[in-house]
Amino acid sequence: MASVSFEHATRRYPGTARPAVDDLDLTVDDGEFLVLVGPSGCGKSTALRMVAGLETVDSGRIRIGGRDVTDIDPKDRDTAMVFQNYALYPHMTVAQNMGFALKIAKMPRAQIRARVLDAARLLDLQPYLDRKPKDLSGGQRQRVAMGRAIVRHPQVFLMDEPLSNLDAKLRVETRNEIAALQRRLGATTVYVTHDQVEAMTMGDRVAVLRDGVLQQCAPPRALYRDPANVFVAGFIGSPAMNLFTLPIRDHSVALGDWVVAVPRDISDNAAEVIVGIRPEHFDVGGVGVEMEVDVVEELGADTYLYGRIIKSDSVISQPVVARAGWRDPPARGSRLHLRPEPDRVHFFAPDGRRLR
Amino acid sequence: MSGLTERVIKVNVVRAAALYAALIVVAWCALFPMLWALSGSLKKEAGVSEPTLLPAHPQWSNYGLVFALMPFWRMLLNTMLYAGCVTVGQVFFCSLAGYAFARLPFRGRDTLFLLYLATLMVPLTVTVIPQFILMRTFGWTDTPWAMIIPGLFGTYLMRQFFLTLPTDLEEAAILDGCSPWQVYWRIMLPHTKPAVMVLAVLTWVNVWNDFLWPLVMIQRKDIATLTLGLVWLQGQYVSRWPVLMAASILILLPLLGVYAFAQRAFLRGITVTGFGGR
Repeated sequence: MASVSFEHATRRYPGTARPAVDDLDLTVDDGEFLVLVGPSGCGKSTALRMVAGLETVDSGRIRIGGRDVTDIDPKDRDTAMVFQNYALYPHMTVAQNMGFALKIAKMPRAQIRARVLDAARLLDLQPYLDRKPKDLSGGQRQRVAMGRAIVRHPQVFLMDEPLSNLDAKLRVETRNEIAALQRRLGATTVYVTHDQVEAMTMGDRVAVLRDGVLQQCAPPRALYRDPANVFVAGFIGSPAMNLFTLPIRDHSVALGDWVVAVPRDISDNAAEVIVGIRPEHFDVGGVGVEMEVDVVEELGADTYLYGRIIKSDSVISQPVVARAGWRDPPARGSRLHLRPEPDRVHFFAPDGRRLR
Repeated sequence: MSGLTERVIKVNVVRAAALYAALIVVAWCALFPMLWALSGSLKKEAGVSEPTLLPAHPQWSNYGLVFALMPFWRMLLNTMLYAGCVTVGQVFFCSLAGYAFARLPFRGRDTLFLLYLATLMVPLTVTVIPQFILMRTFGWTDTPWAMIIPGLFGTYLMRQFFLTLPTDLEEAAILDGCSPWQVYWRIMLPHTKPAVMVLAVLTWVNVWNDFLWPLVMIQRKDIATLTLGLVWLQGQYVSRWPVLMAASILILLPLLGVYAFAQRAFLRGITVTGFGGR
């Protein structure tokens, strides 16, 4: 196993205005599970492919285990990749698919067989070794793709949205399996996804990318509690954090009729501030911001209320989302009060920087 | 049954009848020359132009005459040898070149491909003299080499097919440690079967039916093709139409055999590659 470092790595596709990956500086520690997450087109897959060597690095370096691999052929980098569509060779059986890289490396046949069997046992694939990919279910194909990577004992596992072709239930199961497998193998893993739940549940650390630029890289909990900017705040968490852009008056801002004090160090230096409150950080009932409920979304364990804020007894167009308990959810059209948990209110500058 | 359903059924029946009538006409137009040749091959020389498809006394001896008048088996063997070699060569070299044009990045690739496409637009009749001179320089005129080497149409077809294959497979193979040759040979080529079938059948038929090139290149009877044999038959026995038709039918039979054998794969190939006819 080995660490992976991006050192100011940049990839610019010919004919595009801005780089797909822009000056990425990031180190994945030995044995770490790092998730690259972001909306589509944010450069996360490109970054992964730069490690694999499938994408050229226009400037900066890529290191694996301290070795500079920037100009080294993909096959000599000792990485294994799991593709979104699995990229199983359709004309080969499961066993042949899994053993192909070893065969190309001219490993003795008995040894290939042993390694394939080991991996098959690990992934419950023994009954399918002689089948062709077309005769497997989506989940089985996914496991073959994993097995193909595992048999190589690579220094680094690279996974490009490996769960996106599975149905919801299987995705949750496989998510846990992959995370457990990674911990058992202790393999350095870079995992790309656009799904923030995958990112939060699987990664030791999560790197959020936007437009090719790294926004924040932190453990999931830190990402959730202390987002570095408005983008991360809005991207991590579902439903997304409520973000209100409000003018500062007398060291405070008014959300509807409810006034929130802004810390002095912020209010002294700005005329406007973005206030962020997660839906789950409102206490429903009692005092606080008044809202009118437009939509009630009952998920069983939780209920989410979508509505608009009320100011001076009339509804203003400022939308708001809040979480309510699963017992006795409020009805559509009802009015109620939301009290933000004071130490869970985030402040961002108008340019998106975190202030507090 | 309501009047409406009855009317709908009636319209459907009329529509189907019209469709079948049209199809029968087209099929007849396609089949008639073949039937005429078949019928002519069984007629007496004097009655060859009689407007009947079923001769009263079928002259099977016309077929015997074909074997007597031309070295049919020798020519069949030659033609099969040429067609086989050219087909294997086409499939191999065209898929290799097609793969390179589709996937390997190299400087000037697309310009080179356009140049290659441009050469396809030059008809054989224009290039036949320069090609003859080339063959003569190599000392290959009137030898089987002249029949086997030239002609590589299929690069375009194979390139287009390679372009449709997912790049993931190739990238997976590259990460698995394959060289470009191994990617082509072990991963990509096995997926081009439909295109290969189309190319193989088209090439086979093309070589089988080719007349101009063998006519230019070959003089010796022992290395001649069937089409040459047919023409030589005509030159010597200009009036013996029934024998000529019998020979034509015999030459056609192996092609029908190839088609019957490869039909399924060929049709699949045409639908997959989108190359119907040319």
